[in-house]
Amino acid sequence: MIPSTFSYQRAGSVEEALSLASEHGDDAKFLAGGHSLLPLMKLRLAAPEVIIDLGGLHDLSYVDDKGSYVAIGALTRHHDVEHSEVLAREVPLLAHAAGQVGDPQIRHRGTIGGSIAHADPASDLPAVLLTLDATIVARGPGGSREIPIGEFFQGLFETALEPDELLTEIRVPKPASASAWSFQKFTQRAIDWAIVGCAVQDGRVALVNMGGTPLRATATEAALAGGASPADAAAHAAEGTNAADDIRATKAYREHLARVLVSRALTEASSRS
Amino acid sequence: MKVDLTVNGTNITADVEDRMLLVHFLRDVANLTATNVGCDTTSCGACTVLLDGESVKSCTVLAAQASGHEVTTLEGLATNGEMHPVQRAFHTEHGLQCGFCTPGMVMAIVSLLKESPHPTEEQVRNGLEGNLCRCTGYHNIVRAALAAAEAPAEVSA
Repeated sequence: MIPSTFSYQRAGSVEEALSLASEHGDDAKFLAGGHSLLPLMKLRLAAPEVIIDLGGLHDLSYVDDKGSYVAIGALTRHHDVEHSEVLAREVPLLAHAAGQVGDPQIRHRGTIGGSIAHADPASDLPAVLLTLDATIVARGPGGSREIPIGEFFQGLFETALEPDELLTEIRVPKPASASAWSFQKFTQRAIDWAIVGCAVQDGRVALVNMGGTPLRATATEAALAGGASPADAAAHAAEGTNAADDIRATKAYREHLARVLVSRALTEASSRS
Repeated sequence: MKVDLTVNGTNITADVEDRMLLVHFLRDVANLTATNVGCDTTSCGACTVLLDGESVKSCTVLAAQASGHEVTTLEGLATNGEMHPVQRAFHTEHGLQCGFCTPGMVMAIVSLLKESPHPTEEQVRNGLEGNLCRCTGYHNIVRAALAAAEAPAEVSA
């Protein structure tokens, strides 16, 4: 399968990437690792006229300990998030979850910023960053702005980013109890997207693939805050969700999985804390 | 557009379509046909090559993205007519049947052993989650990876 024709532009700097985006507007797409966008282009589900390759922007690949939070460059590959010593120490949930994305080849190319900007509700890292209460930093023609992760995902493959904005950094506050985490992912084959997944950290619970965006399991969180046991709180995991019926699973099965996985996750997180 | 890649140590410059995939560049421009197109959807791993020394699926990389970088395919593993230890281990452990997945399997294992020179069986199985084989049931492939990891250093050129 071959993508439809496009013009390939390689950005040499963030400024050049932004200027190319301003010039081409809605006709252009940023390309990071390409492991979400290129498959869509090969299936002709996406057909941008201009591709702005960010692959040369090596200064956007870093994991820095900033004291109260960890700053992660948008072009940091899943492989490098997985093996970051800073994240293993401060945010082990994120290091572990990055190592569950796809397979080794995909993790050698795919980036954390690309995964977030793509906003696939079946992807692991959007829900993980929702659980971690991260902040997204975007740069546009007018400068930088910060977007709370809770306001970032606006719909299926839709985010708060403007067409001329580039996601440059993800800021992850250090969890109060770094070890009290769990990540659960239910798949048919190891490399598949989650049929359902969930991430837990510090009493926050987020769900993968239970609606058009990654979702906080707010009813479960409220039950936990009210003193409910993990099993009782997990019984509310599917409330407020809008899971799809598709070739992999029915809506009812996904709701069942959400309750089971949240129960496992809460139990594991509390056993670690 | 003009691309400039180093493939198995040889510089190749060519004028290609912007949309050309790396796997098609390797097969149709560089005339290196060991790298197979399998699923063409980033799943099966038959098209695995090394990009700057790390395994990638070449059906999901543009030739343009690889311009200025180094690519290694299965054809680039042998030195002076001597098979690479991973190739030799596939032979001695009978790590293949039809052989279609083999080039990708070998390249994925070369990359895996670079990152974890002495992996456990579990690490090998996890490390090969991106490569599908429909014949062998994987057992001999895993044995080959473990055997290659223990191969004498003097022949692992």
